[in-house]
Amino acid sequence: MSASAPLAPLRLHVPEPTGRPGQHTDFSYLHVSPAGSVRRPPIDTPPYDTSDLAFALVRVLDDEGNAVGPWVPELTPDELRFGLRTMLKTRIFDARMLIAQRQKKLSFYMQCLGEEAIAVAHALALEPDDMTFPTYRQQGLLMARGAPLVDIMCQLFSNERDPMKGRQLPVLYSFRKYGFFSISGNLATQYPQAVGWAMASAIKGDTKIASGWIGDGSTAESDFHAALIFAHVYRAPVILNVVNNQWAISTFEAIAGGEGTTFAARGIGAGIASLRVDGNDFLAVYAASRWAAERARGNFGPTLIEWVTYRAGAHSTSDDPTKYRPADDWEHFPLGDPIARLKQHLIKRGEWSEERHAALQQELEAEIAAAQKEAERYGTLADGQVHSAADMFTDVYETMPAHLVRQRQELGV
Amino acid sequence: MATMSMIQALRSAMDVMLERDENVVIFGEDVGYFGGVFRCTEGLQQKYGKSRVFDAPISESGIVGAAIGMGAYGLRPVVEIQFADYVYPAIDQIVSEAARLRYRSAGEFIAPLTIRMPCGGGIYGGQTHSQSPEAFFTHVCGLRTVMPSNPYDAKGLLIASIECNDPVIFLEPKRLYNGPFDGHHDRPVTPWSKHPKGEVPEGHYTVPLDSAAVHRPGTQLTALTYGTMVHVAECAAIESGIDAEIIDLRSLWPLDLDTVVASVKKTGRCVVVHEATRTSGFGAELAALVQEHCFYHLEAPIVRVTGWDTPYPHAQEWDYFPGPQRVAEGFRRALEG
Repeated sequence: MSASAPLAPLRLHVPEPTGRPGQHTDFSYLHVSPAGSVRRPPIDTPPYDTSDLAFALVRVLDDEGNAVGPWVPELTPDELRFGLRTMLKTRIFDARMLIAQRQKKLSFYMQCLGEEAIAVAHALALEPDDMTFPTYRQQGLLMARGAPLVDIMCQLFSNERDPMKGRQLPVLYSFRKYGFFSISGNLATQYPQAVGWAMASAIKGDTKIASGWIGDGSTAESDFHAALIFAHVYRAPVILNVVNNQWAISTFEAIAGGEGTTFAARGIGAGIASLRVDGNDFLAVYAASRWAAERARGNFGPTLIEWVTYRAGAHSTSDDPTKYRPADDWEHFPLGDPIARLKQHLIKRGEWSEERHAALQQELEAEIAAAQKEAERYGTLADGQVHSAADMFTDVYETMPAHLVRQRQELGV
Repeated sequence: MATMSMIQALRSAMDVMLERDENVVIFGEDVGYFGGVFRCTEGLQQKYGKSRVFDAPISESGIVGAAIGMGAYGLRPVVEIQFADYVYPAIDQIVSEAARLRYRSAGEFIAPLTIRMPCGGGIYGGQTHSQSPEAFFTHVCGLRTVMPSNPYDAKGLLIASIECNDPVIFLEPKRLYNGPFDGHHDRPVTPWSKHPKGEVPEGHYTVPLDSAAVHRPGTQLTALTYGTMVHVAECAAIESGIDAEIIDLRSLWPLDLDTVVASVKKTGRCVVVHEATRTSGFGAELAALVQEHCFYHLEAPIVRVTGWDTPYPHAQEWDYFPGPQRVAEGFRRALEG
């Protein structure tokens, strides 16, 4: 460079989504692979051998509803119908709880609209004793694992039967019986915990595996990297799920570091086998989860899976996404609606029909309405039928120390 | 009964617990093959194998986060943070997760972990190897915070911590590892082998997590202290001729308030002594509690003798450290007030 040549001023690059309100999003940044086009390596493949899979997109269902390619899983029509049913149940449940929140029966809610396939199909690929460490958008795990709707609703209503005794925000469930770890409102913290749980299973010589969850936004937290390092170093039997739904509240995935790369690629750099998968393709989610679960259980180590999906609804009941992204974005999202896609596949195979679908919808709506009626008998936040104030002081320690006894007396309960 | 340094006593506690409970695991930076930078875990990997005692990556949030997951599985992890000064990357895991897990899950999941960390100065460690961060932890509901002052208590408290189903922050005053340092840095330290508290049983025993000790009975004032400052306060009492009753809190929180209150009511005067910085230090809580519970027995304002509100300096370490002379001055103020 000559001494006299003026240098161009440096510029800070701040990524932007391709669509904002009033515009159309250009989803070509997703680099969608054709269904059936991505190879399926053996489960004992070395992590570096999955490098291409971290940039491709594993898909099974094509646009016509055919299951194609090497990732087509062995699932019976009954299992597929169970998956469809559970996704639909999750969606109807979410819709009912949103209405209940507007009625002030619960203070807050978070739906998983458009992302139902990920948690539901993943749960079907696990064994009942495997522990999941979810975020707040994996209610599909609870639905698939058979947690009673009334118990879930009692937590949401913070009522006298709330298993969390009114201490946690709605949605931050804990269901040990259903292999569902206590959800924290702090993001990413559960990721190294999932790895630690998996390490414990290996230390004890058991056969259980863990499944950790995080969103694209919180992969920026240092706990994400800590978890990857620990999972790799100790070859922990864990599946590290990254749900890339494109949006962290109002922040586009590029601000989390997704621009020009993928979240699955983070795993490759850490020495972890990594897959990037169509999260709206029930069959692909099941197949990839199964691959990772078998790999973990076979002592071949962790797998990181980026599930590409779209957060069709608001972040929470406190959010209005029309302020920061196109209102009709989901309609143009190239990976579609997971329920519609599985339904199309089953109909194409002659295993389902519009009539059966409508009947199922009716049946589930009745089931959820009945559960809500029962849950409301135990109270809602609106009617104040909640756990006593004395319950505030228990479980801070295993036994209540003297200072808490004094404080409880001070409150007069 | 054997003679042990605090390092040997801590190692003995972990040895006993690894032997007794197959769910006890130990990990942290350099703790495996090498046995830790202060040698506290020396020989344990060789004895119990690499899946029970192992090295961890330099990631404090990863260490504590993994330990929480292991605890939820049913293990009893004992993790070492190499210096208390390094614990801050793990604060989210400690404060938001370990401390709250039992509460937020209504007892479905617990975090029965022990987080060991050497604390305090006096080894020319500068600001990143000398801190006493106990007040960060005593402020957090759900945690137990413990700091021993001698080998006997160190072993008994560590075993009690490992057996405890609550998360325990176990602070080890590194200046006491090899002897009861009294603050006279220019004199040789008496080894623990010549101190009665260096007599430590080889087997299993516990020191309860909610009991303070009257380290030295006295009549003129009560010194509330813990860790290294127990020995500094004792030295100050001897050298000043002031008959101070020295309470070694041992468990900072939950606190043995009854022992504290009984002593202050007896002497009518109170000096709070700690090495950590003063403002919002644990001494502030102690002073508030004494004021709430003993106000009508107090004959003078409560005095605080602490480290200054500065980072722990390197070359000026002994001007920072509240040595026996500063503590004795504090005693005199409490008597004059």
